[in-house]
Amino acid sequence: MSYKKRQKNHHFWIHFVLITGVVITITPFIWMILTSLKTLGESTQIPPVILPDSPQWKNYVEVQQRLPFLRFYYNTIVYTAVRTIGQLILCSMAGYAFARIEFPGKKAIFIIMLSVLMIPSQSFLLPQFMIMARFKLLNTLRALIIPGLFSAFGTFLMRQFFMQIPKELEEAAILDGCNHFQIYKNIMLPLVKPGLTALAITCILASWNQLMWPLIVNTSIEKMTLSAGLASLAGQHHTNYPVSMAGAVLAIWPMIVVFLLFQKQFIEGIASTGSKG
Amino acid sequence: MEAGKKLNSNEKINKLKILDYIGNFKRNNFSKNRLKNYFWAYLLIFPTVAGLGVFYIGAFFQNLYYSFTNLGAFGRYNFIGLDNYSRLISDPEVYQTLINTFKYTMLVVPLTVGISILVATLLNSKIKGIGIYRTLYFLPAVTMPAAVAMVWRWLFNGRIGLINYLLSLIGITGPAWIADPRFAMFALVIVSVWMGIGFNMIILLAGLQGISKNYYEAASIDGAGPVKQFFSITLPVLSPTIFFVVVMSLINAFQTFELIFLMIGKESMAIDKTKTIVYLFYRHAFEWHDKGYAAAIAVLIFAIILIFTVVQMALQKKWVHYE
Repeated sequence: MSYKKRQKNHHFWIHFVLITGVVITITPFIWMILTSLKTLGESTQIPPVILPDSPQWKNYVEVQQRLPFLRFYYNTIVYTAVRTIGQLILCSMAGYAFARIEFPGKKAIFIIMLSVLMIPSQSFLLPQFMIMARFKLLNTLRALIIPGLFSAFGTFLMRQFFMQIPKELEEAAILDGCNHFQIYKNIMLPLVKPGLTALAITCILASWNQLMWPLIVNTSIEKMTLSAGLASLAGQHHTNYPVSMAGAVLAIWPMIVVFLLFQKQFIEGIASTGSKG
Repeated sequence: MEAGKKLNSNEKINKLKILDYIGNFKRNNFSKNRLKNYFWAYLLIFPTVAGLGVFYIGAFFQNLYYSFTNLGAFGRYNFIGLDNYSRLISDPEVYQTLINTFKYTMLVVPLTVGISILVATLLNSKIKGIGIYRTLYFLPAVTMPAAVAMVWRWLFNGRIGLINYLLSLIGITGPAWIADPRFAMFALVIVSVWMGIGFNMIILLAGLQGISKNYYEAASIDGAGPVKQFFSITLPVLSPTIFFVVVMSLINAFQTFELIFLMIGKESMAIDKTKTIVYLFYRHAFEWHDKGYAAAIAVLIFAIILIFTVVQMALQKKWVHYE
């Protein structure tokens, strides 16, 4: 066999393996969408009906009659947005100080902060819940948001990005009479955009999909996120699968659209958390 | 001449005075600047340090404290010493959940990381359509676990699920999967692996793309085939990334909760063989309102992860090649 032919053959097998993997990866999504458009009868037939006779869009209406999906969207979007913006501001501020300013106690504070990364979240949950209960914040969006505004991981990530910026830039700014807040805001922040993007993506993804904390603090249906709402749908007896699948589709499409639109940022962001973490 | 000299020395004195003045000014200004720097530094870190202090570090110690109390549903509690811990070491449910958790972790991590390395390596060869593959493989990673659990529960349905139908086409009668105590764990492992590949694959692929092509060219000239190249170049150079991915996957798998909570359900016959330690924590803390005991379980989870972290740090020095 010639080199080219061997190369071609080689590539055929690579594609074969990868396509098999892709089929396994996307079948559940396709099945979710197809099932959401079937009648209850079609969804339970054996052998399975692949395509519904006529798409049952009313399943999407029905799931919204069972659960207040618009409310869930509102809660999830507010939670995700406020938490992400908060983390971007707070983590970049702290990350800048840890990377670029010398101050007494810096090393000790930084190490204590890093130790938070090693503690599993279960160790925080009960006291966080008790604080929220004590301040009568259960079943509010504030309870969802507040603990998530602070992130040791985010601060560490931002510090790593700030460390890479050459020293000369801020020395020039100091000679011009800028204070550190001005340097941070006007000079440094624009230079760490890739870091901010990486943090934003990690935070958006985690907030949108998070289950345990929303499940614990907000038990009233009006204050649930999509994730907790779906969990309550799954818990209902006599599961009507087409209607449940319609709920699942409603819960996941925004994140998938955001991912498809910002693929490059997602992939670079995740990759950089891997190399910097 | 005389006057000239005097003038000269006067000038010198003046010059020295000026220099001294400037020096003093600079020094004062410098320490003033330094104080200013401290001010800005503390101001910038304050919100994060305060928030982490209350909701994380403070919470950690508060949890430790709760673990010595009988905190229940209404927030009132008494100090009960080590009672929760003596209950912990004699609780068969704790042992069962720990065994399940270890079993689950030992199955999920090698499978996820192994398949991720395979996919990343294949994607790193010069083929067409890398972008599309990468996007599709990453889709499960952006999908809400609650929705994932829902659709897989449907796929794994013993009677009318798609998976058992496909198995029946090749003559296999599938089990009841998530309803069968013998198979529920495997069903969970399959879903976890399916969810976990995208994330690991992205990190590994970034690591692979950082390997210099020169290594491979040199190996090709020496006559090493792709398999040999993989074991003698890719794996050693990639070992820090692989190590990172393994550690992250282990810690995540150990804390699994969502899939068990959503796919198996508390009334299922299979729950005894699948419930994890975090699931047990959740039920004690937020369903049975046995919060003091739950706090002790949280301390146990922390202790296990701490031991693991110390061990992995020691191993890291031994195993991982850094360039």
